[in-house]
Amino acid sequence: MEKVLLRDGEITLHTRERSNKWQMYINIKGTDVFVRKSTGTSNLDEAAKIAGKYYDQLKETANIANNSASGVIGWIDARLPILSFIRDHLTQYYAPKNFNFWYFFGSLAFLILFLQIFTGIFLAMHYKPDAKLAFDSVEFIMRDVNLGWLIRYMHSTGASAFFVVVYLHMFRALMYGSFKKPRELIWLFGVFIYLALMAEAFMGYLLPWGQMSYWGAQVIINLFTTIPFIGPELGIWIRGDFAISDPTLTRFFALHIVAVPMVILLLVILHLAALHTVGSNNPDGVEIKKNKDERGVPLDGIPFHPYYTVKDFVGIGVFLFLFALTVFFVPEMGGYFLEHANFIPANPLVTPDHIAPVWYFTPFYSILRAIPDPAFGALAMLLSIVVLFFLPWIDSNPIKSIRYRSTLFKINLFTFVIGFLILGWLGVKAPTPLYSALALRFSEMYFIFFALLFFYSSTRSNLFSYIFSGAIIFLISIYDLSRISADNYIIVTVGLMSVILFVIFMTLSPLYSSLNKEKEVPDRVTA
Amino acid sequence: MSSDSKDNSRRKFLTGSLSIVGGTGVAATLWPFLTSMAPSAKSKAAGAPVKVDISDLQDGDKIDLIWRKKPIWVVKRTKDMLESINTNEKKHKDPLSDNTEQQPDFAKNKFRSLKPEILVLEGVCTHLGCNPAYNPDQNNFFCACHGSKFDLAGKVSNGSPAGANLKVPPYRFEDENTIIVGEMPKEQKIDSA
Repeated sequence: MEKVLLRDGEITLHTRERSNKWQMYINIKGTDVFVRKSTGTSNLDEAAKIAGKYYDQLKETANIANNSASGVIGWIDARLPILSFIRDHLTQYYAPKNFNFWYFFGSLAFLILFLQIFTGIFLAMHYKPDAKLAFDSVEFIMRDVNLGWLIRYMHSTGASAFFVVVYLHMFRALMYGSFKKPRELIWLFGVFIYLALMAEAFMGYLLPWGQMSYWGAQVIINLFTTIPFIGPELGIWIRGDFAISDPTLTRFFALHIVAVPMVILLLVILHLAALHTVGSNNPDGVEIKKNKDERGVPLDGIPFHPYYTVKDFVGIGVFLFLFALTVFFVPEMGGYFLEHANFIPANPLVTPDHIAPVWYFTPFYSILRAIPDPAFGALAMLLSIVVLFFLPWIDSNPIKSIRYRSTLFKINLFTFVIGFLILGWLGVKAPTPLYSALALRFSEMYFIFFALLFFYSSTRSNLFSYIFSGAIIFLISIYDLSRISADNYIIVTVGLMSVILFVIFMTLSPLYSSLNKEKEVPDRVTA
Repeated sequence: MSSDSKDNSRRKFLTGSLSIVGGTGVAATLWPFLTSMAPSAKSKAAGAPVKVDISDLQDGDKIDLIWRKKPIWVVKRTKDMLESINTNEKKHKDPLSDNTEQQPDFAKNKFRSLKPEILVLEGVCTHLGCNPAYNPDQNNFFCACHGSKFDLAGKVSNGSPAGANLKVPPYRFEDENTIIVGEMPKEQKIDSA
């Protein structure tokens, strides 16, 4: 490789192994403005001329920028490192060049967080956290505050949109293995954000003080009372009363508008700080930092600004279009975003005929209901969320991206997503024997997904495969064997057999087929 | 790649047009939030006229009522009180009630009222909005906040921090003993129409 320095080394020209064309680096006053840009010629004089032209143009722009940097911005920058912050996290923060559709949801979640805080501030100006006034104050916002309905619908739709975006964001992480080493902390902070978000949404839903607010909170707070020994006392302490009433409302208001949002903001900062320390994963699951050029710039990296800021703008545009469509035309989303029963004031004497949580909680609600015992049901639901924290250690397969993982992994992820959606759908339905049976089976499938992730972490021996599959089958069978009787044996047997067949196929087929064969991961990102 | 000047102008155009479209969108989105802070329909509805019965009002007495969340005074002035009212230029900042903001046309007279003995005023000091006290013994209203003094027609005295006379609200007599605050006299309406 040949290297030529021009203009006091601010321009570097060098050839590349693969082509003999000259490439240029332009560094003005210690800042890389051009990195590895082709001059399109193999003639050195011509290349120097082209580079010189770029250099002059850039120098001029840089001088303009420098003049302003010596002004107000310069004054501030000498005291607060705004320019270096912009450089380190935007203009010279290199993200993989192969981000696809699934990478919109991080920035969208950030946008929605901002939107929720902003609309929330304005709602808090008109809302009254008092059991006697709360319901009417929400109606006051809807009817009398100028465009109050719009602000409230933005906030309520924003809550659902937040979960849509966060679920897609989490699915992306599952698909491309973004939770794996070295990104475990990013994932952990993410799961904490998800937990805080659930708490935030749950407490926010009590505030309108409608029937669903009241009875939803009743059900969720009673989950805590299933904890052995301290449960009943804990429930009273959380409510601040012997039943849900004014003290519960006022403390939920305080937590909803001050405490939890601050926790979420802090966690988001940690999530991003951890992300910017190790860098983003990508659809190929290749570490771009392993392939750097002479300047230390990842070969497959492009500056976050302007490339991804501009790309995110497109995502934001599409998102806001869909968001506005929902806010203006279907803000209640047929009772899924705002449930019909919540338009009736809370009444401690009358439970609505059918209680279902808002859609984003329903998969976990299904798991809760699937087990006919309050304490074990609550435990299963808790476990279904806690298991997420351990994901980076459950799935220790070194291949990150779904692109290079086995067919069985793809089947596993696909059935998990379908199962999660079905659990969600079952959660809004009144339980019938069939639905309850389905909820139980898909709850089992939810946990089996994680067991299989562990199983696929490395190549398993025949013995291990048989023991592993036997252990899962044993665990799911003991419960069914204890409850099987003459009037339910068909539904139990069919359900149990389906899950057993799935487990056998997923754990034993690698021994007799190439379904668990993984592909070779390339060195560099593709496309 | 080679024709950078062309690329730059296209880029500038795109950046500019996106900024304008996006900026307009953001500005339009801010509107609901700003307008939500203005008085609500409920607050506006609370601005309806108020009716008051003065048949029990004794000479020299004052009653307070609330119209549009502001204190409204109704005072039945005695002969002595009416005699204390003058339009001396040296004593008052606006002796002839020339400031049209401070009263409806019907009250631009010596006693600043429809009937000389019945005074109707907004009890809000024109300095910084305190509620002046009624001193029938000294024939004045005195604002304790910053020491503004008004005579019994609500005219501000020279040397007071307040700059304008106390405001006379629109009102009319429905009959001998009933005042409606917030509505103009019927004949006044016809005049102006």
